Amino acid sequence: MKTFRLGGVHPSENKLSAASPIKQAELPKQAVFSTYQHIGAPAKPVVAKGDVVKVGTLLAEADGFVSAPVYSSVSGKVAKVDAIVDASGYRRPAIFVDVEGDEWDESIDRSQTLVKLSDRPDLTPQEIVAKIKAAGVVGMGGATFPCHVKLSPPPGTKAEYVIINAVECEPYLTADHRLMLEKPDEILVGVALIMKAVGVTKGFIGIENNKPDAIRLMTEKAAAYPEIEIVPLQVKYPQGGEKQLIQAVIGREVPAPPAIPIHVGAVVQNVGTAFAIYEAVMKNKPLVERVITVTGKSLQSPTNFLARIGTPMSTLIDACGGLPEDTGKVIGGGPMMGKALLNLDVPVCKGSSGLLIMNEKEARRGEEQPCIRCAKCVGACPMGLEPYLLATTSAFRNWEKAEQNNIVSCIECGSCQFTCPSNRQLLDNIRVGKSTVMGLIRARNAKK
Amino acid sequence: MKKFIVSLSPHVHSTDSVQRNMYGVCIALIPALLASLVFFGLGALIVLLASVIACVFFEWAIAKYILKMQRTTVCDGSAVLTGLLLGFNLPSNLPLWIIVIGALVAIGVGKMTFGGLGCNPFNPALVGRVFLLVSFPVQMTTWPVSGQLTAYTDAATAATPLAVMKEAIKAGDPSVLDKLPDAVSMLVGQTGGCLGEVSALALVIGLIYMLCRRIITWHIPVSILATVFVLSGVFHLSNPIYASPDAVLMSGGLMLGACFMATDYVTSPMTPKGQVIYGVSIGLITVIIRTFGAYPEGMSFAILIMNAFTPLINNYCKPKTFGEVTKK
Repeated sequence: MKTFRLGGVHPSENKLSAASPIKQAELPKQAVFSTYQHIGAPAKPVVAKGDVVKVGTLLAEADGFVSAPVYSSVSGKVAKVDAIVDASGYRRPAIFVDVEGDEWDESIDRSQTLVKLSDRPDLTPQEIVAKIKAAGVVGMGGATFPCHVKLSPPPGTKAEYVIINAVECEPYLTADHRLMLEKPDEILVGVALIMKAVGVTKGFIGIENNKPDAIRLMTEKAAAYPEIEIVPLQVKYPQGGEKQLIQAVIGREVPAPPAIPIHVGAVVQNVGTAFAIYEAVMKNKPLVERVITVTGKSLQSPTNFLARIGTPMSTLIDACGGLPEDTGKVIGGGPMMGKALLNLDVPVCKGSSGLLIMNEKEARRGEEQPCIRCAKCVGACPMGLEPYLLATTSAFRNWEKAEQNNIVSCIECGSCQFTCPSNRQLLDNIRVGKSTVMGLIRARNAKK
Repeated sequence: MKKFIVSLSPHVHSTDSVQRNMYGVCIALIPALLASLVFFGLGALIVLLASVIACVFFEWAIAKYILKMQRTTVCDGSAVLTGLLLGFNLPSNLPLWIIVIGALVAIGVGKMTFGGLGCNPFNPALVGRVFLLVSFPVQMTTWPVSGQLTAYTDAATAATPLAVMKEAIKAGDPSVLDKLPDAVSMLVGQTGGCLGEVSALALVIGLIYMLCRRIITWHIPVSILATVFVLSGVFHLSNPIYASPDAVLMSGGLMLGACFMATDYVTSPMTPKGQVIYGVSIGLITVIIRTFGAYPEGMSFAILIMNAFTPLINNYCKPKTFGEVTKK
C-alpha cells in the first residue's frame, strides 16, 4: 500500500467519533467572526454596529489577492466590531453578531438536490475560480490558505494532477471521514470542479486505510468519474502533510522551500474544501458552516457537528454533555498540530477541523530528560532533517548553522517531539529557530 | 474562570522513555546473562553483581555529592546497563577490588566527568574495561575454563579461541588452529572468555529482541558483522594461518561489541549513513588489530576509536532531506 518515503510515526488513532453522524449544531446567541480566518492579509470589515445581517451577508471583504472575505453565518444585528483572542492566542479584529432567527440570503440555494457538472456545462474555469474567491473558501484542513490562490497557478507552472487530501492523519479527528460517508456525491462534483478550474484530467483522492468504509463508498461513487481515482494509503502520520501526500500518491518530491507543490504539477485540496467548493459554485453558498469534530476521552458524547462559522466553542461543548471537571487542555484541531486554546469563547473558524478535550493528566508533558542521542527523532522526521541538531542550534541561537541544516524545511508536524524518549521540547525550539531564520532570509532578500 | 494548560503542539507523546530503552537493552542481555551463569556459575554472579552495584553506587554518589545535581539519573537504567556491560567484559575470576576500580573509572571518568547521561563521548563500560586491561593485564587476560560452577578466583584457566588464533598467526602454522573449539560450542558457549562473550547465540537472541522492539536499528551491528566476515574471509582465503570467518565472528567480544557496545546511543552516529560508516570502520579496525596488532582482541579499541570519530561523522553524514532528489 502506498505511503510517503521518509520517517513518520503512528500515534494511537482514538477516532472516538467515527460512528457518529454529522449533527447540525444549534445556533449560538452571539456569533463572532474573526477577520483573520485565513493565511494572508486580514479581511476588512464592511459592517458597523447596528447593521442588520442575514446568513450570507458580507461582513468583511478580502484585502488583496492572498486574502478571503468573511460572510455572516447567522441572521441578526451587528453588536460591535471589536477584537477577540483567537485559537493562536493573538487578539484579532472581529465582528460580533447578535443572533435573531435564521434568515438566509435569497441568492443561496438551500435545497439538497445534487447539481452535477454536466448540469452546468457553461461554467468556465475563470468563473469557477471567481466564485470560489467570492465565497471566501480557504483550505479547510487547517492550513486555511485562500483556495483561489492555489487554483491560479503562477506563470511558468502547469498543473498536471489534482490531489484531494482525505487522509485525516491527525488522531481523534473524524470530520473528513464523516463528510465522505454522508456527502460523497457532492465531494466528487467539487473535485471535478477543481480539476476543471486548473485544467487537469487526472484527480486522486488519498484516503488512509483506517477508513475502509469511506474508501469503499468513494470508490463506488467514483465509478461514474473515470478521471478520478481513489488511492488507499497506509496509515502513517503526517500523511496529510501536503508534501507527504503528493509523494505518497504520485511519487514526486516537492523541492525544498521556496518551491511549492505546483512546481511538481500538483494541486492539493482538502476533501472538506472540495465540498465547500461544490456548495460555493453550484449552490451559490459562501463558506458559512463547516464540519467540526468535538471529541476527547473524558467528553460524554464525542460528536461531529455541522457548525456555523462564528459559533463559540463553549456552545459545541455544551451540546456534547458539557466540559468535564478534570479538563486540563482544550485543543483547537488535532493533538499533533492543534493549538491549545486560552478559553472557550474562541469561535469556530474556517480552519477549525476539531476540538479536543484532554484531562489534566493527558495534558501535562512528561519531564524533560537529557538527550541520549538515540537518533529516533532523525528516524521519525518526514522531511529528512535532524531535529536534535536543529533544536540545539536554535536554543544556542546559532541561526547560521540552523539555516545550513535546512530548518526552513520543517513542517512542524511534531513527529520528533512525539517520538523523543527524553520528552525533549524539540519542536518548541525548532519553531523559534525556523521563524527567526525565515525572518533573516526575508530581510536578506529585501536588501538585494 | 477555569484556566487551561496552554502549550505548543504536539499534545500527545509516544510514551517511549529513556527507562524503556535502557531497561529494554537490559532485558535483551538476559539470554547472555543466563548463559554466563550456566557456564561460569558463582564467579559470573559475583562479578556481575559487583559491577552493577558499584556502577549504580558511583553514579548516585557522584551525582549527589560531587556534581550536586538536582535530580540524579540513577533510576533511568543507564547505570545498571553500564554495570552489566562492564561485567560482561570481565573474566569471571576477577577480584572484587579490581571490579570496583573498573566501575569507578567507567562511571566516574567515562560518564560523569562529561556531565552524565548523554554527554559522554566514549562508551563508559569500555572506558572501564580498557582501563583495567592496561592496568591489570595479567588478571584481565587469564580466562577461567567454563563449567566450574562453584569456583571464583580459584578457577582453572585456559587459553581463549582468540589467543589460539593469535598463536597461529605468530607461529605461521595453520595446524595450531586445530586447537579451536568446534563451531557449535563457539556458538552456544563452551569456550573460555569474558562473561558476556561466551555465547554468540545468546547475544544474537538479544540483538533480535532489540531490533523487534525498535530499540536500535540494524545499521551498526549488521555493518560491523558483515565487514568482519568479509575481511577475515579474505585473510583466511589468502593464507590458512588466519582463522576462518565464522570462527572470527563467534569468538571474543565481537558479538557483544557489535550488538551491545557499539550500538550505545550516546556514542554512536545519528544518521543511518553515518552508522554504516561507523560500523564498517569498527569492523576494519577490529580485524586489523586482531590480525596484526599486539593484542589478541581489538573490539574495545575499535569501538573507542570510532567513538572519537562520531562527532566528525555526525558533522559530515547528513540525512538526505525531502525534495533533495529533485533538486536541479
